[in-house]
Amino acid sequence: MSTDTIVKLPDQATARMPKVSYLNKEHGILSWLLTGDHKRIAMLYLISLTFFFFIGGAMAGLIRLELLTPQSDLMAMDTYNKVFTMHGVIMIFFFLVPSVPATLGNFLIPMMIGAKDLALPKINLLSWYLYMAGGALALYAMITGGVDTGWTFTTPLSTHYVNTNVITTGLAAFIAGFSSIFTGLNFIVTIHRMRAPGMTWFRLPLYVWSHYAASVLMVLGTPVVAIAIVLVALERTIGIGVFDPTKGGDPLLFQHLFWFYSHPAVYIMILPGMGVVSEVVSTFSRKRVFGYTAVAFSSVAIAIFGFFVWAHHMYIMGLSNYSALLFSLLTMLVAVPSAIKIFNWAFTLYKGSITFETPMLYAFGFMGLFTIGGLTGVFLGVSGTDIHLTETYFIVAHFHFVMVGGMLMAFLAGIHFWWPKMTGRMYPEKISQLAAVTTFIGFNFTFFPQFMLGMLGMPRRYASYPAEFQILNVFSTAGASVLGVGYLLPVLYLVWSLKYGAIAGNNPWQATGLEWQTQSPPLTENFEKLPIVDHDAYDYEWLERQNQIQASEVSSVR
Amino acid sequence: MSDSHAHAHPPYQRHHFETYEQQKEATTFAMWLFLLTEIMFFGGLFTAYLIYRNWYYPAFVAASHQLDIILGGINTLLLITSSFTMAMGVWCAETRKKSGLVLSLVLTLILGIGFLGIKTVEYKEKFEKHHVPGHTFSVQSFIDPAHDEATLKAVKQGEPMPDPMPLDMARKTEMYFSLYFAMTGMHALHMVIGIGILGFLIVRAQQGAYTTGHVTMIENFGLYWHFVDIVWIFLFPLLYLISRH
Repeated sequence: MSTDTIVKLPDQATARMPKVSYLNKEHGILSWLLTGDHKRIAMLYLISLTFFFFIGGAMAGLIRLELLTPQSDLMAMDTYNKVFTMHGVIMIFFFLVPSVPATLGNFLIPMMIGAKDLALPKINLLSWYLYMAGGALALYAMITGGVDTGWTFTTPLSTHYVNTNVITTGLAAFIAGFSSIFTGLNFIVTIHRMRAPGMTWFRLPLYVWSHYAASVLMVLGTPVVAIAIVLVALERTIGIGVFDPTKGGDPLLFQHLFWFYSHPAVYIMILPGMGVVSEVVSTFSRKRVFGYTAVAFSSVAIAIFGFFVWAHHMYIMGLSNYSALLFSLLTMLVAVPSAIKIFNWAFTLYKGSITFETPMLYAFGFMGLFTIGGLTGVFLGVSGTDIHLTETYFIVAHFHFVMVGGMLMAFLAGIHFWWPKMTGRMYPEKISQLAAVTTFIGFNFTFFPQFMLGMLGMPRRYASYPAEFQILNVFSTAGASVLGVGYLLPVLYLVWSLKYGAIAGNNPWQATGLEWQTQSPPLTENFEKLPIVDHDAYDYEWLERQNQIQASEVSSVR
Repeated sequence: MSDSHAHAHPPYQRHHFETYEQQKEATTFAMWLFLLTEIMFFGGLFTAYLIYRNWYYPAFVAASHQLDIILGGINTLLLITSSFTMAMGVWCAETRKKSGLVLSLVLTLILGIGFLGIKTVEYKEKFEKHHVPGHTFSVQSFIDPAHDEATLKAVKQGEPMPDPMPLDMARKTEMYFSLYFAMTGMHALHMVIGIGILGFLIVRAQQGAYTTGHVTMIENFGLYWHFVDIVWIFLFPLLYLISRH
């Protein structure tokens, strides 16, 4: 059986760069800024996302430097408040939410289902412009005085007690929200209506399933936070009282509306990453993903359960005991589909022909760190332990394990995995393996000490802390500098590879997805002719037969 | 082009769709999804309304009596009629009647502007009576109903004279008006956007863009317009009617 042997990767020396591709079909800056091509829009997103990631990362660097010493000495305390707020706002609304969907999702979903483009190319371009407008506004708010409410805009702090750029930043998040609604809407319509003949729902790659689930969350959740932001803005300007206790309003209602989006938002951030890991794990173990249907439905289950757990962010905010009990139970339910995924990836690895290319290293990083992040999430979901741990560094460590250890690892896994497809060139393997390992080590040094700090009771969001916490904070800051190097390396060698990387060829990983059966980089129309799908996802025997047919064609031509 | 493109495309078919049928289904589906996001958007406001109405029932009843049911009723009629003219527009586009389409869209536009005009009159009255939330808000109408115009008018029509409200409950009327302005304001914003798009559609319809068989644009705008109507169909009873017995 083909699954028992290590597939021989094709010889890159014989690969040739295609003459025409989406990259050189049209020239000039306008052909990029007015494009409807999902692949070009994905590249626009990739560049702008990277820019915002490094701004958010610089903020994180400042936070870690400040926390090197127990006193507030690098910056004033209210500056520190602004720095961690902008770190959160930029990383969540301008990096994590759009990261995988807007770049890799945009690029790959039409290719994976055998379509020429997303269903609504103009809406797709509009979503990028909205993203840029929101991003520009957030940067403007940051430069003209910043905002210090935390990324959660909690009322009545945000409506009554601070005098910073709340409305501008809120508007930036609002606009970015519409960008995300349009991306999600486009994906749902595309997956429903644009599949190639024979591409049934249960032949879709799991990557597409996970994006479908994330898109449902984007479409249903984002409008709710939008109206919450509008009401905060109206309260600050006109003085309506929906969240104002002095007028009979309830600040808790803001929390409900905000977390109704912002909890599902963490699944918007993590689900596409899970999709990447499914593809990568299957490809580098040369095995069909174990329990395809279970993994597909676990994405949908996460999307559904994700909407019924939001109040676990509010246990200490005056929620009734009965609500806390109910939401504790519901929260533990979400752990089930997440665990299904982890176990199924583990079973996929079992007796697979595993190789350790960079995407696989990142995917292993994801599985380990996400498991830790997910399990500590259960501690926080149980209202009893949450009351002790919430608002401490434990929660900071938890969500960074999920978001940075999980999502960012998955993002980098995906970028490396599909880089040959996107650019037609290979990244340099050795140095990128080094970067993956550096990231993993740096990450653990940065965030593991924060679990301990949180257990010891160090609160989040303070510029100063008691001296006994210093040693662990020094560890964390040292780890953050290693992590910074880990993130800088890929930028350098990926840019280098654009010109000097080895030519990739159509299918350098011998993966089964439709996107690998066409040239790299692809044509503007993706495929030379409409693909007709007659096999399941991850069918490596089908791939082997295809390769044999191609080999015999080549030899008969000779 | 591959051999699956044996037949000629209609000129309005985008290149990335295999058939016009596919394009039509995709864009209509996208519009329904967008309306779903709109439902979630207004859903937050309706949730707030239901909670606070439950908490501050007497204040909501009293404040509701300050609204002019006649003006609200006329506006409801205007919107329902505009939905009818919009539906006629869709039918005209489907049956390729250009002048009928333009006429329907113009009528829809006029009715929409009429709605906003009457809404402006209502808002103006709230400003004059200091019923707009914020630092100018006044509870005078509720703690002293014997000197309030709207109350006296209702009494003349046979309603009983309400007792003066205790100050703490009277102050909760500000919550009613907060929600009144947030909900009708968001609705009016959707009307303004709709009227802007209508203007564009009228110009394009005049050029004959929608009477060539390409009806999805008109159909999808029709869906939007009906949705905005339906929001009002919920707002009108909640804000104007259900507190009157």
